[in-house]
Amino acid sequence: MTTGQDFSAGGGHGAVPLEGVPTGLGQPPKPEWPLYEIFVRGKRGLNHVHVGSLHAADDEMAVRHARDVYTRRNEGVSIWAVRADLIVASSPDEKDPLFAPAGDKVYRHPTFYDIPDNVPHM
Amino acid sequence: MDDLDLDHESVYDGLLGGDASQWAFGTDFEDPLAGVDTTIPAGVEAGVLAAYCLMLGDDALIYAHRLSEWTSNAPDLEDDIALANIALDLLGQARLLLARAAAADMSVVPVLPEGSPVPPEDALAFFRDERAFRNVGYVEALNGDFAVTIARLLLFSTHRLALLQRLAASLDPVLSAIAAKGVKEVTYHRDYAGRWFVTLARGTEESRRRLIAGLRTVWPTYAELSRSTEVETQAAEQGFGVDPATLSVEADEIIDHVLRAAGIERPDLAASGTGPMGRNGRHTEVMGRLLAEMQVVARAHPMGKW
Repeated sequence: MTTGQDFSAGGGHGAVPLEGVPTGLGQPPKPEWPLYEIFVRGKRGLNHVHVGSLHAADDEMAVRHARDVYTRRNEGVSIWAVRADLIVASSPDEKDPLFAPAGDKVYRHPTFYDIPDNVPHM
Repeated sequence: MDDLDLDHESVYDGLLGGDASQWAFGTDFEDPLAGVDTTIPAGVEAGVLAAYCLMLGDDALIYAHRLSEWTSNAPDLEDDIALANIALDLLGQARLLLARAAAADMSVVPVLPEGSPVPPEDALAFFRDERAFRNVGYVEALNGDFAVTIARLLLFSTHRLALLQRLAASLDPVLSAIAAKGVKEVTYHRDYAGRWFVTLARGTEESRRRLIAGLRTVWPTYAELSRSTEVETQAAEQGFGVDPATLSVEADEIIDHVLRAAGIERPDLAASGTGPMGRNGRHTEVMGRLLAEMQVVARAHPMGKW
């Protein structure tokens, strides 16, 4: 070969040039818009429900984007957009100390009462 | 399970609330004007009404197709969906307007082979030749980059919103209802374009440069939107249409407001062309290709059911 380039068989796809190929490796990643978590309240719903997330340049744009991405099928009457990095979340590692102790405390549920037959909606 | 539990099974179950009507506008998906009284009011000429609806319908149809070309190509996933939504809103307006045109005067609808199940509004959209389209050349122009698209959308939706607001008082109850529905949609389109216009203008040096270039690209062609044709003048005289020449003051006021917010000068460019072009069926070179892409499948199957 007289091309001066280093060709070698890679991955079964034949000879590929290994140098001078723009791969994006080593370059700083393109800055992304911040991530927002989106909550939508439906017509009948009492509470805002988490529906997903999206990227937006600012808060106002996040609401507009949420309208386009998550309420296209007439799902909502109200939108909350929250910067994902502002949410304080429990860590999966803490699952046992946080939640397991509640598991065996059946007496915290009001299940030990006899409900009279003439009490509806219970 | 009570309602609260149901809400948490699937987020969308709770959101939709068992209301199935969200899937389609109106009560009938097959006929866009189902249950609507399409009787032509006294003093309105059927031929003029049909011709006028074709103009507004074709503007929406052709622009919807152009904007839909952004699908999968927009700068961000979210804007991809936003532009597709806008295109879809316009397509909905086109469907109603073309159906109104056909209901007013069937002679504008291309004749298809006997027994063809193609509804009249589809026949108008997919089986008319270029010369029969009445849209302004403004909407058929190539998208350009995102900044050109935003500039064009801002001017278009500002003008169309002013038009629809006035058209809501149309003597024709069908046209009035279509306009009232469109006002809500186009208000959002203008808001979307206006916000992006300001964002690009006040963003980076590059985004500002591109926006100014984009505005200069579309500016000379903008005047076409307010050039009235005989049909539009007659429609206004008969009380069911709006003479577009009377809209430029309202529209200009809004545009100046956005330009001020963006810190951008009004371009000192003269309007291109003089008389109406597209409204009279004379289209630019790019129209043929657009129609070819839009119509090819339907034309290959005139007996097809979709």
